[in-house]
Amino acid sequence: MKILVCISKAPDTTSKIAFTNGNTEFDENGVQYIVNPYDEWYALVRALELKEANGGNVTIITVGPAADDAVIRKALAIGADDAVRVDTEPTDAYFTAMQIAEYAKANGFDLVLTGKETINYNGSQVGGMIAEALDMPYVSLATKLDIEGTTATLEREVTGGVQVVKVDLPLVASCAKGMAEQRIPNMRGIMAARTKPLTVVAPASVESLTTFVGYDTPAPKSAVKLIDPENMDELVSLLHNEAKVI
Amino acid sequence: MVLVYLNTDHGVIKSALEVVTYGKKIGEVVALTTGSLDESKLAVLGQYGASKVIIDSTTKADDPQQITNLVAKVAEQIGAKTIVFSNDLIAKAVAPRLSVKLKAGLIAGAVEMLAADGTCKVNVFSGKAMGKVKVNSERKIITLLPNSIQPEITGADCAVEKIDGGVDASRIKVLETKIPEGEIPLSEAELVVSAGRGLKGPENWGMVEELAKTLGAATACSRPVADIGWRPDHEHVGQTGVAIRPNLYIAAGISGAIQHLAGVNGSKVIVVINTDPEAPFFKAADYGVVGDAFEVLPKLNEAIKKFKASNN
Repeated sequence: MKILVCISKAPDTTSKIAFTNGNTEFDENGVQYIVNPYDEWYALVRALELKEANGGNVTIITVGPAADDAVIRKALAIGADDAVRVDTEPTDAYFTAMQIAEYAKANGFDLVLTGKETINYNGSQVGGMIAEALDMPYVSLATKLDIEGTTATLEREVTGGVQVVKVDLPLVASCAKGMAEQRIPNMRGIMAARTKPLTVVAPASVESLTTFVGYDTPAPKSAVKLIDPENMDELVSLLHNEAKVI
Repeated sequence: MVLVYLNTDHGVIKSALEVVTYGKKIGEVVALTTGSLDESKLAVLGQYGASKVIIDSTTKADDPQQITNLVAKVAEQIGAKTIVFSNDLIAKAVAPRLSVKLKAGLIAGAVEMLAADGTCKVNVFSGKAMGKVKVNSERKIITLLPNSIQPEITGADCAVEKIDGGVDASRIKVLETKIPEGEIPLSEAELVVSAGRGLKGPENWGMVEELAKTLGAATACSRPVADIGWRPDHEHVGQTGVAIRPNLYIAAGISGAIQHLAGVNGSKVIVVINTDPEAPFFKAADYGVVGDAFEVLPKLNEAIKKFKASNN
């Protein structure tokens, strides 16, 4: 079974989020990039578990410039067989998805996995877009995934609960909490990652459908209003008269 | 012309009214839905601005590709330039597919109306910032975050038309759906009462549920509490769980780690109850109570009961 895992870089969760160039660009100054946690913890680790159980090959793909090789090596250290980098700056979700779909079309995969969203753009778009481009079924926010022969059984989030579904391969799924547990790379994995194949491919000619034209950081919250624990009537009155939420 | 797709599997819920209201502010709205809701229950969408409701009862929301094909077909028929969804779990699967199918730019998770220059704000960096997105294509797709705008009544009931969309069969076979009965879905709730490890054990959740019941609120929890199985996973709010934006979020015994805040920082008003005055959550709170949840929650419950009694 051939599995393609789409990864994206994301700023470390402790990074200061600031913008530069008249608030039109993310300020990368001092930012450490990591593998987007949902791509790593859920999609990649589940792909590795499936490979360990059923055999096969796990390929990582990302769309980004040469600087992203460091992030790809981090993902390879966790255990994938090889990696592909589409050598271009990802401009929007559509552009990114079409680059990945191009590669997937040419190389044929049974399973394409993404994280449920990135922690920087939170769009939850790329998986569905790849599925449409490849005319494959798409199971979003999957919390479980098992393969038997050529059939996948998945659990996915639905409003207020979960649903168990059955789909024939090939398919695309976005992976959410429950799918797998985080794996910490060991020294052997880190050493092996250095020599695993990383293929750089030229981007396809694709336009962007959207552009981020500016950013804002929310105004800092005014200081918390403290209420005496003995005086819950006051809290209720503030929630009613001042905050107007009850 | 604006086409809105609504998931009405749980009835005509508030987020559906928000999306119709949103569409009406852009242009003439046709509302499209699937599933088995009775036609008589759909006419009310006219009051919020729909000129017509179309229901395809032959299609269910099981396979996002079917919905994508149906929405694309109807959009073509009515000449819709803008397609709006509520940013629910179905839209998260359908809208990206539709974006590719129609080559229409997608604004995922809009929090406000489209501006005159065609841009719209969305949350980015897990709520730590806002981004302004511009769509480069002629057709636009927007998924609206729940509780971003208020539904507005502008008209009267409208006609409901039944169609057979004739889309290809579902490639996703549903084996089982597990939805707990009688609870308010978290994503729909305007009031949420949430608790964390500070409650010390699942047996102490009675006071959380009591307060939620008095308020008419949904219950939620922090990640550690879901991870150790004190509460079901679907109650977990935060970066890895559900992101919510209710009008009121009451958090008891939750320290307010950055990952938790990412799931709740869209709440309009946050009340934090914690014994530790240094808990980071107080920095993100509007109102704070430094005290023991075991004493504060029952007192708050009594105070709200009293308030409700005097207001009725």
